[in-house]
Amino acid sequence: MFLNQFLLFAAVLFCIGVYGVLTRKNGVLVLMSIELILNAVNINLVAFGAFNGTIPGQVFALFVIAVAAAEVGVGLAIVLLIYRNRRSIDVSEANLLQG
Amino acid sequence: MHLLAAAAAPTFEVSSWFFDWAGLIPAIMAGSFLLTLFFGKRLGKHVHFIGLVAVSASFLLAILTAAAWINATNSHDEEDHGGEAVLVTEFAGGEDLAGVDEVAFAEEGEEVEARPEAVVNSWCWFDSSDATNTDCDDRASEKPISIGTLVDGQSVLLLVVVTFISLLVHIFSTDYVRGDRRYVHYFAFLSLFTASMLFFVLSASTLQMIVGWELVGVCSFALIGHWWEEKPNSDAALKAFLTNRVGDIGLLVGVTVLFFAAGNSFDIRTINHAAVVGDIGNGTLLVASLCLLAAVMSKSGQFVLHTWLPDAMAGPTPVSALIHAATMVVAGVYMIGRLYPVFWEGLAIPGSSVNAMAIIGGITVVGGGLLAFVQNDIKKVLAYSTISQLGYMVLALGVGAWTAGMFHLFTHAIFKACLFLGAGAISHACHHSFDMKAEMGGLRKLMPKTYLTFMIATGALIGLFPLAGFWSKDEILVGAGAWPGTGGNGDYTIPLIMGLLGAALTAAYMTRVIMLVFFGEYRGHDHPHDPGPLMLVPLQVLAGLAVVVGFLNVPKELPLIGDSIGLTLEHWIEPGGGDVFPVIDHGKPSFSLAIMATLIGVFAIFLTYSYYAKLFAKNPRATEVTGGLRDNNRLARGFHTLLVEKYYLDHLYQGVIADGVKGWMARGAYWVNQNVIDNVINYTGKGTVIAGRFVYRFIDQGAIDGTVNGSGYTATGFGGVLRHIQSGQIRQYATLMFGAAAILAAVFIIAV
Repeated sequence: MFLNQFLLFAAVLFCIGVYGVLTRKNGVLVLMSIELILNAVNINLVAFGAFNGTIPGQVFALFVIAVAAAEVGVGLAIVLLIYRNRRSIDVSEANLLQG
Repeated sequence: MHLLAAAAAPTFEVSSWFFDWAGLIPAIMAGSFLLTLFFGKRLGKHVHFIGLVAVSASFLLAILTAAAWINATNSHDEEDHGGEAVLVTEFAGGEDLAGVDEVAFAEEGEEVEARPEAVVNSWCWFDSSDATNTDCDDRASEKPISIGTLVDGQSVLLLVVVTFISLLVHIFSTDYVRGDRRYVHYFAFLSLFTASMLFFVLSASTLQMIVGWELVGVCSFALIGHWWEEKPNSDAALKAFLTNRVGDIGLLVGVTVLFFAAGNSFDIRTINHAAVVGDIGNGTLLVASLCLLAAVMSKSGQFVLHTWLPDAMAGPTPVSALIHAATMVVAGVYMIGRLYPVFWEGLAIPGSSVNAMAIIGGITVVGGGLLAFVQNDIKKVLAYSTISQLGYMVLALGVGAWTAGMFHLFTHAIFKACLFLGAGAISHACHHSFDMKAEMGGLRKLMPKTYLTFMIATGALIGLFPLAGFWSKDEILVGAGAWPGTGGNGDYTIPLIMGLLGAALTAAYMTRVIMLVFFGEYRGHDHPHDPGPLMLVPLQVLAGLAVVVGFLNVPKELPLIGDSIGLTLEHWIEPGGGDVFPVIDHGKPSFSLAIMATLIGVFAIFLTYSYYAKLFAKNPRATEVTGGLRDNNRLARGFHTLLVEKYYLDHLYQGVIADGVKGWMARGAYWVNQNVIDNVINYTGKGTVIAGRFVYRFIDQGAIDGTVNGSGYTATGFGGVLRHIQSGQIRQYATLMFGAAAILAAVFIIAV
């Protein structure tokens, strides 16, 4: 009962994140949506950790936060480079990989 | 049965790292052959370093092996001086042993000395009894064919001789064949030859022996024909090869007979054991030994198959020294020594007065010696001398003097290598000619150092006291057993007479060589001088050894030194003992026989010397007396012609046998070619064309092309569909990824 609420909340947050990643054209918003996905996972980890009364889940969440910070750093740098090259941060225009 | 046990010497086991790894010695030389071939072009004129390093390493290993063997033999004597030899001898059981009474018995009161046992180190080569069985230890019934090394006194002796002569020949060659058109080829084959000979010497089975035997034959062929651009050289190579093939048939048949006779075994010790204890009937042994004797006749240049050996002098001189004097030609003698019980029983050597081997050896001693007189080519004289000396070895083995034969093999290798290398040095100085009458004479003063070595080696060959040949030849003559008071294994009067006659002939023809080459006045048009150190040092080493090696096996009865060093070599190398070697009686040395043989030799030297001394006194440039016996006496003239024509044997082989056969054979072959083979080829051709058309039309055009085109079209179609997915839109990729993940999750939930 206690756990369910957290899991439902995390699932909602995850879906919002995925929706954002798939629909937003703005690169910065895509990165923010990825943050939502990661935080949904963090909530799950912490919730399971609290439910089982063990510490590793919370430790792992801390790691995820650290990695997410790094990821955002790299992601923003990419977005910045795209902006410099194209004067826009619309990811639908960055389609050079098409076959 | 207990009589046999009393007669055979007990044996003891020896062991050493060197005996187990003796196989390294030929392996090093084989490696040297490959390296020389692969890197020869790159190294160019420095290619001989590979061979030199390898042969030095082999020689070192051989010396260490010999030292280990001698040490093992001697240390046993000290341990068991009280007479408590460790008996590991086993005698085949059975109440009645056929042929036991033919084994000679040790005389009453004679001390029977324990003999070291051969060290066999063999592994499975193949197992013919069960093709699916790859594990030889897991054999059910049949014996597998093994390959390996057999180390005993005999093989150790040959290891040392072969690697030593090969080392000196390598050194000599670096100078002698410098700048040759096929320098790399020369050294590669020198290595391969040495490797093959060592492989042969170490053989533990007769099958392995055949391999080594043929390998040395091939190397001999390649080296005789080294300068194949000249027709006589390639002819000589072919002649050597083909003549050897005749004898090889004998070897094949003999080995096959022994294989079945010894209970499906190629193993030398098994065969010897079976022959000694009488498991093989005397008739079978006779057939086998005669077949093997034919092989010996071709390889070791015995009468009537000796004709290839003089022609083989067409090869480079160091090769003649290595192959056609010191090592390869003794392969036959070595083989007799290896399978001695077969010959011992098969030819009924003990207690007899005549047998095929002794007679063939005797005829070769005399026949080869006579032929040496009419040759003007110094190398051919030495070649006939080699034939004659090989005759001595075969004669020695034929009369039961095993150790004497091996001893003579050893001493002969040294002084004959010295003579051949000396002949090479002389020819090097004299316009590259070997003609004693046209290009030589008076070299005593022009090449004093070469002269000295050549004289010592000649003295050793003639058998002058106290040089090497004296001791070994004397031992052979003693071994014949016909001289009063010598004992021995039989009463071989005819071989003894032939041996003494051979001693006289040897002395005479070698004096002729010395007189023609070193005395009188120089008849050539060059400025001969002693060779450089690379050629001189090997000569001096060999000459020095020719003086001392005889003392390895002096008789025990010799005053002063006989007690301490008498029969050392015999002690080291004679197998004896156990049930793999017959019990041999050693003749008692006789002073009167030694004096007789020396007198005969000295008398022959004196006769020849006075002939040439008289000749040179009249005209120092003359080479033969005119108006002598040959011109006045028809019989003498006829005999001379017979010798010049080499007993007409070449005419017999070439004119009568070869031409007689090849005429109708060629016609028959032509008819078969025209009527049978041509038709077969024509119809095959036509059939192939028809089949080809069919294949082109239906299979190639229809099936194969269709398949190839079809797969191409399919790939294009799929590509056209799939390329739409690759839009380059990251969000689309993400959608696909999440979609796929969702589907997988759904499958996971439903399925689990």
